[in-house]
Order: sequence, then C-alpha cells, then structure tokens
Amino acid sequence: MADIDIKDIIREENLVYKKTDVLTDNVMHYCPGCSHGVVHKLVAEVIEEMGIQEQTIGVSPVGCSVFAYNYIDIDWSEAAHGRAPAVATAIKRLMPEKFVFTYQGDGDLASIGAAEILHACNRGENIVVIFINNAIYGMTGGQMAPTTLVGMPTATSPYGRQIDLHGYPMKMTEIVATLPGTCFVTRQSVEKAAAVRKTKKAIRKAFENQKAGKGTSFIEVVSTCSSGWKVNPVKANEWMTEHMFPFYPLGDKKDCEKDPAEDYEKYMKG
Amino acid sequence: MTEEIIIAGFGGQGVLSMGKILAYSGVMQNQEVSWMPSYGPEMRGGTANVTVILSDEKISSPIVNTYDTAIILNQPSLDKFEEAVKPGGVLLYDPNGITKPPTRTDIKVFKVEAAEEAAAMGNMKIFNMIVLGAYLKIKPVVKMENVMKGLEKSIPARHHHLLPLNEKAINKGLEVVKEVK
Amino acid sequence: MGELRLMKGNEVIAEAAIRAGADGYFGYPITPQSEIMETLMVRKPWEETGMVVLQAESEVASINMVYGGAGCGKKVMTSSSSPGVSLMMEGISYIAGAELPCLIVNIVRGGPGLGTIQPSQADYFQSVKGGGHGDYRLIVLAPNSVQEMNDHVGLGFDLAFKYRNPALILSDGVIGQMMEKVELSDYKPRLTEEEIIEKYGDWAHIGKPANRSQNVVTSLELQSEIMEKRNQHLIEKYASMQEDVMYEEIMTEDAEYLFVAFGSSSRICQKAIELARAEGIKVGLFRPITLFPFATNQLKELGQKMKGILTVEMNAGQMVEDVKLAVECKVPVEWFGRFGGIIPSPQEIVDALKHKIIGG
Repeated sequence: MADIDIKDIIREENLVYKKTDVLTDNVMHYCPGCSHGVVHKLVAEVIEEMGIQEQTIGVSPVGCSVFAYNYIDIDWSEAAHGRAPAVATAIKRLMPEKFVFTYQGDGDLASIGAAEILHACNRGENIVVIFINNAIYGMTGGQMAPTTLVGMPTATSPYGRQIDLHGYPMKMTEIVATLPGTCFVTRQSVEKAAAVRKTKKAIRKAFENQKAGKGTSFIEVVSTCSSGWKVNPVKANEWMTEHMFPFYPLGDKKDCEKDPAEDYEKYMKG
Repeated sequence: MTEEIIIAGFGGQGVLSMGKILAYSGVMQNQEVSWMPSYGPEMRGGTANVTVILSDEKISSPIVNTYDTAIILNQPSLDKFEEAVKPGGVLLYDPNGITKPPTRTDIKVFKVEAAEEAAAMGNMKIFNMIVLGAYLKIKPVVKMENVMKGLEKSIPARHHHLLPLNEKAINKGLEVVKEVK
Repeated sequence: MGELRLMKGNEVIAEAAIRAGADGYFGYPITPQSEIMETLMVRKPWEETGMVVLQAESEVASINMVYGGAGCGKKVMTSSSSPGVSLMMEGISYIAGAELPCLIVNIVRGGPGLGTIQPSQADYFQSVKGGGHGDYRLIVLAPNSVQEMNDHVGLGFDLAFKYRNPALILSDGVIGQMMEKVELSDYKPRLTEEEIIEKYGDWAHIGKPANRSQNVVTSLELQSEIMEKRNQHLIEKYASMQEDVMYEEIMTEDAEYLFVAFGSSSRICQKAIELARAEGIKVGLFRPITLFPFATNQLKELGQKMKGILTVEMNAGQMVEDVKLAVECKVPVEWFGRFGGIIPSPQEIVDALKHKIIGG
C-alpha cells in the first residue's frame, strides 16, 4: 500500500472549515472542555472577518487567560489583576482609531477589578469587554469567585458557598446594564453549536459598536471549568445548563441600538 | 535688597492674593521672589498666612524664622507673629478687631484702617489692596508701575475692568497709613 | 529666554507637561497636589495639543491607565501624594517590570497612614529603594525650586524614554504649594503616529502590521531561567543610569562640615549655611538632585574631606543610610529632621549641626 499523505485527504476542493490566521499555531494550555479556547477562536474570527488585525489591541487579565496573547496574533498588553479596563481606557483614548478589547475572568472582573470595570462602563469607554464567567478561580486552583453559586463547593468554600459567610453571587451583566455608558450588554454561552454562533454574532456586534463609537459593549460568556468543578467536560456542560443558566439567564440585557436616547433620559430622571 | 514678609489674617481677607500681587510685582521688577502659603483645611474660615520674599539675589529658603515686615490682619496672627519681626523691622496692622495692640518698642509699628476705608468705598473686596498700598508707602520695594503690572498678571482677564478700582484702593492705602508712636 | 511667570510648583508641573508634548495625564485628587489635575482641566490641552487628561476612579486605576498609555509608546504621566502613591505601587512595579517609560509625580505629605497633608520627605525609601514588589528601581528626581519642577518634567520624560523605565519626581507640599518665578520651557510637539512607529515600533502595542511579529507588553515570565536573565538585564540597566547622576555643591570649597539634603530641605539648609557662616562655621551643602541614581562616588570624594556630615531630612532618617554607605563610615554622619508635617527652621538646623557634629 502506498503512503497516504495528509494532502491526499485534505484537499482545497474539500475544504469546508479553516482555522483563522489570527489564531497562532501555539498549542493552548487550557484544560479539556474549557470554554476559553472557543471564545478565543470567536474573537480571532471576528477580527479576521472585520479585517482589523493590524488595528486591534487586546488586554489580557490575570487568570487562566493571562496567556491569551500566545493565541491571538495581535498586539497585547498584559494587565495586572483586575485592571484591564483601566489599561484599555488609556489605550483607546490615546489611540481612538484602534480597536481595543479586554478579556477577563470572573475573579479578575467581578472581584478585584470591580471598581475598574464599573467605572470604565460608567464612563462609556468605547471598548469591548469579554467576560468569562465560570463561577470559579481556575488558575489558582478552584477557589470561590464572586460569581460562585450558592451551595457550590470550591477550595475556599469546601462545604458549599453560604450566603451568611460569603455573600451572594454577583450578576455583573445586570449591574453594568444599568449604567448609561454601556451600549450593548449580553450574556451568552458556547456549550453547543447554536450557542457558539450566537456568541460570535454578539462579539461581532460589539466590535461594530466600537467602530461606530457607541460606548462600552459587554459580553458575558457563561463558561465551564471542568478542572475547577472536578467533573468531566460533558458533565460540566450539563451542570452549567442545569445550574448556571437559571441563575445567569442568557440573552441581551441591553441594546442601545434599539433606543439609546430613551435609556439615557430614563437614567437621568432617576 | 532682601525683604522677608509675612502676611497673616483670616481666610477670605485676601491674604494669599495680596501676597501673590506683591510677588508678581517683584517679578515685573526683575526681582527674585517666593510665595509660600500655609495650606490645608485651616485656610477654610481659619487663619491664613503667606511668606513673601523679594530679593535682588537668588532666594535660599522660602521659609524663614524672622521677618523684615509683618502685615497683620487679625488678633491671632498678631499674637503669633509680633515676636517674629526682626528688631528694627516693621509691623503693619489693621486695628479693626484688634483688642490687644502690639507692644514691642524695638520695631516700627504702623496701622491702616483698611476695613473702614473699604467700607467707605463701598467694596470690601478691595480691603487687601488698601493694605498693600499702606505697605508700599512704608517700604517702596517695588515701583508703582510694576505693582500695576503685577496686579494685571495676578487677576484673571475677566476681572480686568476692576483694575482702576484696585489702583484707587492702593492709592487710598498710601494716603491713610499712619505710624503708631 | 522662555516665558516668565509666577507659578505654584504644582501648577507648573501641569504647564510643563503640556509643553513637553505629553500625550496623557491620568490622576485622582489628593491634597496637596490636586492643583496639577485642576490646572490641566482648566487649560484643556486636548483642544491645544491633543493631550488626553482623565480623572480616574482611583490611584490604582490611574497608574494602570499610565501602564496602558505607556505601552502605546505615548508620553504619559500621573501625579499623587503619599497615600495615593502607595496605592500605585502595584502598577509601578508592573511598569518597571514591563520596561515602560512614564512620569510619576509624588508631592509628599507626612505619614504613615492617612498622616498629615503638610509637607514631608518620608517617602524617600519608598521611591528610592522600591516600595512595590520585586527587584526594580525608579529614576528619582528631587527638584528644590519651582523652576526645577518645570525642568524636571521634561528631564523625567527624557530619562524615562532613554532607559524605558518609570521616572518619579519626588517633591513635597513646600515646593508644590509655593510660588516662584519660573521660565517656562518652549513647546515641544507631541510625536506623530509615524514617529512612534519609527521610534518604539519594536515594543509598543500600536497595532501589529503583517510584516512584524506581535508586540506584547508584559512583566510575566514563568520560566525561571529566562526570568533570571531578565532580572540581570534590569540590574545592568539600573547600574548604567550612573551616567545621568546629578547633584549640586554649594559653598563646599572651604567647608569643614557638610549638610546633605535634597528637595525643600536643601533650600532651608542654604539659609542655615548663611546663619552658620555668620558665626564663623565653615559649612557647605551637597544636594543630590537624582536620588536614584545616587551620587555615591561624588559624595564619597567630597564627604571624606569633611570633619562631619549632617543629613537634613523631613523624615525620621532615611537618606542618611545612603550617605553613610557613600562615605564608608570614615567620617561621622548624623541625621537631623523634623516630621509630621513640620518644616525645620534654618536656626534649628544650625543648632543641630553644633550639637550633633561640632560638639559631638
């Protein structure tokens, strides 16, 4: 039998899907079943489709996606824990013609960086915020996050999150939707093909908003962390659907495209 | 020539701005100058003071222990700074509100009824310019033309229509200052 | 001759930043330095030069805005006072770690904690020895007049870009709040996008063209072998800064005794020299202008000729340690200072010289 080359199988005429060139060839360090890889891909695809690779600057967080710059082939700033919105604020204001986005986890955005994200949204910084909420600290080894569900066990809430001890899980998306500086606030997921398509649409819309100078676009992606949750990837998706979605309902919370003026006037009237 | 001056009174009496106008007048006369205020919450309704130094040479410390001239606009400031006037120096004060007048005999003491004159002129805001005029009569350290230039530099352009009134007030101070013997 | 004005030290920082061609200022109000941002907001430089001025939600945010702006190859700065600068320490460490240029102004007030709003020099250690985490150094400038507040803005930016390292102006409420005559610098245009690409295109995150690999501004390196090399490079960079050391000697030619003081203390020492010399005491002043790099060799040479040295600081004795190291304990070195917001009087300094050095 003659040797079969990979080129004999994958031929131009058979090509139906291709990895975007905006993603590097580096092997991702993420665990099996992690949502980060999918979201990275979506961001990279949107950058490619809009033709803005040369104009986009990403701001990576501290957390599992601290190395996001190894995977998306654009210029990056690696911010201190929680400070990505402040870093992005300056980059965008100093280079308003560029596209700037932050990519942050729940510990980064909702806990240590709560002030920075609220104020960036409140100023209506013309940036995109991608918020990965998997209800746990992944990189440091599965500690409780501000978004950890009640009763959910973590390394620092080993008997499950208790309200009297740890307070309530925070719904950042609902919170930033109340701020008039945000123009598009949505909560999405990437556990199945249809959800992936919707999330990509939301990311595209967010970058288009930035192009049009509309203010802050905020996209939460409810995500899994099979390592932190200590379940396999299939179970993680099931657990997310069963427990996360009821508390963190998917869908658009705000879209100023529908009526920006009304939103602002309502806010100012109190 | 080096002239080290402390101007002290209540916040709102125009202590700091009078110091600034004097310092700017020095700049206009090509002198070296420094203006060092007390700052912080004490200024708000409390006492305010500023050290102004005018000199023909480079000024070493903007903060000094003793003064060639003390311009005193309230009793707490008199209590605090009478002792700090150098022997042979000058103490100028407005007697309005002063219950215990200065007692030193080794310095020259002057008074100016600036509050009274300002009231008579119908504008309390020019109080500090009357005091400045009185000071310049005792110590003509800067020429009057430079004082007017300093005044113009110190106050915002939108208030420049008040320059003639300020000049009048300075001239009033020149007229009414009296040495206390 | 540039334009002559009577200005506060704080105001001149703002004016000098605009004239130096700064691209951005990010700050948060705190006494006694709020006039810096207030002056900028009144001046509206965004209409004149395009400079961005933004009031951040905290000092933590403002220093991270500086991190973001500096990563763009832009000339950016912040200012604060002691408690606010403590909050910035994380960001300053990251900026030093990522080797970004920027200018930080600290108008020091007395501490620890909320302390006092009155002037102090108690942040010498924090500025010169670290303050944030990790092995890093700042270029530290200590102006002692309103004129130098003006001059050090341009100088600070120049040194920051020369070494790709944060520079800090360490001043205090005396210099910040006082007015003196100042000759303003001429306007320097802001760099254009093309100029930034040409000068800093090899490291700044300004958008990745197809013909170069990505620029990533980061202080992160998880491989110890590489991180050690990075540390080694930083150490060498800090050592090379000695070529920019600055200091001033006043009346040292015939001096038997020496004051060593920086910033506002050095001004008061000059008056103390006048008083002491009137009594026949031959005393001079050595004023470090850069606190890092420190003029160790120059002070050693001069200091070892003296009968005794008194450092004068508005703190509990910080720079005195570097002075002792410089003269290698071959000359008696004592410290005199006031703190808590008290400014020493010239006479107190003369008395301290008599008691601690001459009679000691």
